[in-house]
Amino acid sequence: MLEIKNLHVRAGGREILKGIDLTIPDGHTCVLFGPNGSGKSTLLAAIMGYGSTEITEGRIVFKGQDITRMSVDERAKLGIGMMMQRPPNVTGVKLGDLVKATAGGGDCEGVLDKVDTFGMDRFMDRDVNVGFSGGELKRSELLQLTAQQPDFVLLDEPESGVDIESMALVGQKVRELLYDNSVCGVKSNVNRDVSSLVITHTGQILDYIGADTAYIMKDGTIRCSGRPADILKDIREKGYRECIECRSRIVKL
Amino acid sequence: MQKQDSEAVKKALGKAGAYGEDIDIDRFEAGTRNPEAIDDIADADSSLRETMSHVGVTSEEERSGTIVFIDNGMSHCSNREQEGVEILSTRQAFEKYDWVKDYMWNAMSPEKDKYTAKTYLEESDGYFIRVKEGYKARHPVQTCMLIKRNKTLQNLHNIIIMEEGSSLEIITGCSTTHSSGDSLHVGVSEIYLQDDSNLQFSMIHSWGRETSVRPRTAATIGKGASYTNNYILLNPVGSLQSYPVSSLNGEGASCTFNTMCLAEKGSNVDTGGIAVLNASGTNAQIMSRSITKGGRMIARGRLVGNAPGAKAHLECRSLVLEDGGMTLAIPELETSVADVEMTHEAAVGKIARDQIEYLMSRGLTEDEAIGMIVRGFLAGSIEGLPQSLRKEIDEAIEKANLGS
Ligand SMILES: Nc1ncnc2c1ncn2[C@@H]1O[C@H](COP(=O)(O)OP(=O)(O)O)[C@@H](O)[C@H]1O
Ligand SMILES: [Mg+2]
Repeated sequence: MLEIKNLHVRAGGREILKGIDLTIPDGHTCVLFGPNGSGKSTLLAAIMGYGSTEITEGRIVFKGQDITRMSVDERAKLGIGMMMQRPPNVTGVKLGDLVKATAGGGDCEGVLDKVDTFGMDRFMDRDVNVGFSGGELKRSELLQLTAQQPDFVLLDEPESGVDIESMALVGQKVRELLYDNSVCGVKSNVNRDVSSLVITHTGQILDYIGADTAYIMKDGTIRCSGRPADILKDIREKGYRECIECRSRIVKL
Repeated sequence: MQKQDSEAVKKALGKAGAYGEDIDIDRFEAGTRNPEAIDDIADADSSLRETMSHVGVTSEEERSGTIVFIDNGMSHCSNREQEGVEILSTRQAFEKYDWVKDYMWNAMSPEKDKYTAKTYLEESDGYFIRVKEGYKARHPVQTCMLIKRNKTLQNLHNIIIMEEGSSLEIITGCSTTHSSGDSLHVGVSEIYLQDDSNLQFSMIHSWGRETSVRPRTAATIGKGASYTNNYILLNPVGSLQSYPVSSLNGEGASCTFNTMCLAEKGSNVDTGGIAVLNASGTNAQIMSRSITKGGRMIARGRLVGNAPGAKAHLECRSLVLEDGGMTLAIPELETSVADVEMTHEAAVGKIARDQIEYLMSRGLTEDEAIGMIVRGFLAGSIEGLPQSLRKEIDEAIEKANLGS
């Protein structure tokens, strides 16, 4: 589904990603760990095509197409969707209008009847993201993504800023996004095989979705990979540094 | 119809407006005072009906009355709420009531500039709307001012009188037809809000790329009365300059100016509002949202505090969609007393890239994303915008193709 080769990315005037290689097969869920500032969000922004990132070397291939220079909306139409860590406020644009426009473009009008299941029915007349709490932001993003029905989902810290009670709802909606094909009420989506790349610090989201592979990023490169459960355990017990050191030794052996 | 020293007014014919480029009035020919009569708006010819509908003048349902001027004469007048609302031409009103002369050139000085002077000396006709004491109109009155013949000077003199405790909404649309674009519109409007009355006055303009427009509006607002002035210009225009003044003369009077304007390439727009707070406890708010797309846009706002306890806020926001053109926001605060609270905010800039890309990441094209943000930006200027105008605004935004 997604193939990234030797990707170098600049942001804010310096090189942040220094040669990323990453392949995500159809239907796979990959988890990306890594300390703050290592470049995880930058990688997602580069995959989505945001102008804050500049790809200086390497390429990104999605569904067999080179998307390295493609515009954001073309990538979205090809099937990439993203939940940002800190989405921008869009003053003046009503959430309801954005969800409608999103659903209309991708034939998921059915989601409009399910807004309450996201706990967002009272927010449809509010300006997008303006004054939303942490949990509301995530649910708003998930509502938009559900309307969008992407084949490849980028999730940037879906649990950050979400209290324990809301986490169950966020987890459930992420799960539906990845595995439930009935949300839109459209039969044509039955064989949808969604892949995803999920950034998480706490690993909480892994209680709701099954991940296939985990990676650790540090200083703009991917240092090691493994089974998500193993890696999470290592990080929790030893911290990023030791985990990376010990795992790279294993790889070398 | 005259009472002022006409020598002094004649002199004012040579007086350029305080703002905006000077326009050679003599280049235009006075519009006819005897245009075709329209008995029923629904029977007007289709191109006229279309022109009217673009400025919010549609059917007569849900309207308590309609008055239409074509060039310099009245073409239609109907009234379904005669029990409380009176709609006449200014000339008819002048002939009917003795006291009307006291309301002519009272809020507005004919010597203000050449445009008011010309209107005075021409003894221009216009609409007269009076709402009787205590009467609260059920539906809006709509007024329409069309220029039909090219190279025309349209000169109108309108008078609105809101008697004590009355309330009304007026929707007024002004437009040229396809072939009359190279014309000059001068509309003098004197608006009187007596104590505790309430007027919502929405003006929507749609002109040609060459049209020159010089509205002159002054309102005096009595004790406890409240006045809202909405102004909408979303189509190309040649040169438009308008700076309506509200004088809040009665204790606790309030007024709001809401403006949404677009200056496309070739358009020269200079607009805003002045609120003069002359009585204690008065309240004013001036909100302006403007967009420049290669044109020239000056967004003005002026608050003058002359009485203790006056409170006012001024907000000018401008979006610049492309390079070239010019955007200038001029917020001014002036006071002669200590106990006032007047604030202003001004912002000029482009749409943040991350917002556009955020919407694009949901599958909207760049144009769709920009259009959505621009629409929201403009809509934010007018809170109590009449529902009936929303469709026209959406259409105008659509037509202006703001995304590209
Ligand atoms: N637009 C930007 N301007 C300046 N610095 C940036 C920008 N984007 C990312 N960075 C910097 O790049 C580094 C990686 O950031 P990020 O990708 O957000 O890390 P992570 O998501 O792994 O915490 C940080 O040092 C961050 O400050
Ligand atoms: Mg991050």
